[in-house]
Amino acid sequence: MNIFVLLKLVPDTVEELEIAGDGKSLEAEVLRFKQSDPDEHAVEQAILLKEKCSSKVTVVALESPEVDDALFTALAKGADRAVKLTGNLINAQSFAAAQMLANFLKPEGASLPADTLILLRGQSIDDLEGEIGPFLAELLGLPYVCVVTSVVPEGGSVTVMKEFAGGLRGEFAVPMPAVIGIQSAEKPPRYVPFAKIKAIQKTAKIETVDVTPPDSLTRFGVERMYKPEAVGRAQMLEGASEEVADKLVEVLAKNSLI
Amino acid sequence: MANTILILAEQLRGSLSDITFEMLGEGRKLANALGVPLYAALLGSEAASLAAKLGAADKVFVVDNASLNMAPANTTAAALKAVMDQAQAGLVLIGGTNVSMGVGAVLSAKANLPFVNYCRAIRADGGAVVLTSQLFGGKILTDVKLTDGKGIVSVYPGAFQADAGKSDKTPAIEKVEVSVEAPKVTFKKYIEPETGDVDITKQNVLIAVGRGIQDKGNVELAEELAATLGGAVCASRPVIDQGWLPLSRQVGKSGMTVKPRLYLALGISGAPEHWEGMQGSQCIVAVNTDPKAPIFDGAHYGIVGDALEFIPLLTDKVKARKG
Ligand SMILES: Cc1cc2nc3c(=O)[nH]c(=O)nc-3n(C[C@H](O)[C@H](O)[C@H](O)COP(=O)(O)OP(=O)(O)OC[C@H]3O[C@@H](n4cnc5c(N)ncnc54)[C@H](O)[C@@H]3O)c2cc1C
Ligand SMILES: Nc1ncnc2c1ncn2[C@@H]1O[C@H](COP(=O)(O)O)[C@@H](O)[C@H]1O
Repeated sequence: MNIFVLLKLVPDTVEELEIAGDGKSLEAEVLRFKQSDPDEHAVEQAILLKEKCSSKVTVVALESPEVDDALFTALAKGADRAVKLTGNLINAQSFAAAQMLANFLKPEGASLPADTLILLRGQSIDDLEGEIGPFLAELLGLPYVCVVTSVVPEGGSVTVMKEFAGGLRGEFAVPMPAVIGIQSAEKPPRYVPFAKIKAIQKTAKIETVDVTPPDSLTRFGVERMYKPEAVGRAQMLEGASEEVADKLVEVLAKNSLI
Repeated sequence: MANTILILAEQLRGSLSDITFEMLGEGRKLANALGVPLYAALLGSEAASLAAKLGAADKVFVVDNASLNMAPANTTAAALKAVMDQAQAGLVLIGGTNVSMGVGAVLSAKANLPFVNYCRAIRADGGAVVLTSQLFGGKILTDVKLTDGKGIVSVYPGAFQADAGKSDKTPAIEKVEVSVEAPKVTFKKYIEPETGDVDITKQNVLIAVGRGIQDKGNVELAEELAATLGGAVCASRPVIDQGWLPLSRQVGKSGMTVKPRLYLALGISGAPEHWEGMQGSQCIVAVNTDPKAPIFDGAHYGIVGDALEFIPLLTDKVKARKG
């Protein structure tokens, strides 16, 4: 199979997020980026497929701060090729990003090989449009299924498992080429030692492809960005650990929980 | 002609989902504020039988076509675009659920309208519509103004009251003939929820562990606390994805919805997808090292601290109290 995994880093939400002076965006200076869980799962799913049936795995990202680390990490895990799309692409919303990725995956006049599978995460926490997969599928004219937790190849299609709610899942047959939004891989993402990533950085190369940005990187603007007011904020139990534990025991007792 | 408001009525296994009524209730308020009609779209071969339940809408557009049952996002979006045109809709509300995910983005590409995701609040501002969305795992809110009131909106489940969208009125029903291209994706079967050793939906006390629990060995600490309090351990998605607990213990959007008397969240940030599954708990207590963790915005009691240190301490105190 010819597998593409699309990657994008997200701000680490365990860190403090600050609103920038324009009141419409996050303060870039203090942002710390990390790979999102579902992106790591998408890479894992691709490598698992490669181990099952010989495949070529290409990881693709639009140029952004620290993204090289994610691409090298994927190479260290077993991806065959890493591509970074460059240009003035910062701040592209999902639709614009999908346009650029579609042009790279299927340049005008070209067609996608029949055994192509494009894996990405289903949703992002950092973009108001939040879903590249369906845009990409629409632009490429391909089928799309998201919230997927397993991908099993069967001839010219893949059988995928999609999550609904309450633990209910459904099985779908998806003919290739296709775009699949991965939620979790069949196994936890593998760990790769830092030394191996360092070694790959010396031997492997990230290909860069210059892309022409679409007419507009955004389809609408943000009026205001702000932190939620702490409405109904929790009653905080404070003090030294012992004291806090005692306070909680009182709360539990008061609520007849012990 | 005014832009009408259209909601996509969501269904799974022959029943309408809560999100349908949440959107109807909020859509009704917005339609009244803007002075436009509220319409609903029902797609699939069970559409006709469900339409009568959508009395909060002025009219229900029904596309009775078996190709739309469990259809992929692009097929659903194509049919919805036809209804949108028929209804002269400018604003379309779609559930931000696993079932409907993807439909809004495709529809926005087809209709060439903005797509605003994660919406938690909607208000009219003159003829414009202001949408408030939640980003970054619940840590940030953003307002987007649709100056012409036109756009495709994905609505966060649980953001609005479902009861507000229930009505005894009988809506007008209009059948729409749409030629639907046979979907490339085919639905094969349902996989029923895994029945685990314990049913977390039936517990009075749940000790919930998140990524903050750090490794599999530490889950035992939570097990001991649960045993002491007479409850069970459940978890957020990353813990399940790591294989530290079985799928039957997952709480949230894809997992179980629980309403215990006590929900003790240990090392859980309180992302909206987790919140969706436990917000109905009677008493929510959160322990987190990050004083700004969104979980503290909704919990009843909060403790800033290291869960790993706190759990054994609490277990001992509870044991002592019980004597
Ligand atoms: C379509 C979709 C469906 C999803 N379905 C679900 C679902 O069903 N259930 C679900 O839970 N999630 C679901 N998610 C994922 C969800 O968005 C979050 O990623 C997830 O809930 C985060 O889990 P967490 O809080 O354990 O981890 P994190 O967000 O990483 O939070 C870990 C927290 O632990 C704290 N911490 C770290 N160390 C300690 C310590 N020693 N003591 C105390 N606190 C500590 C940190 O401060 C942080 O707040 C879904 C996402 C999508 C897109
Ligand atoms: N700039 C980008 N470069 C490559 N892939 C991307 C980019 N943006 C998004 N993706 C992929 O599409 C998924 C969903 O994107 P988004 O909708 O922005 O979260 C991401 O997890 C990636 O897999």
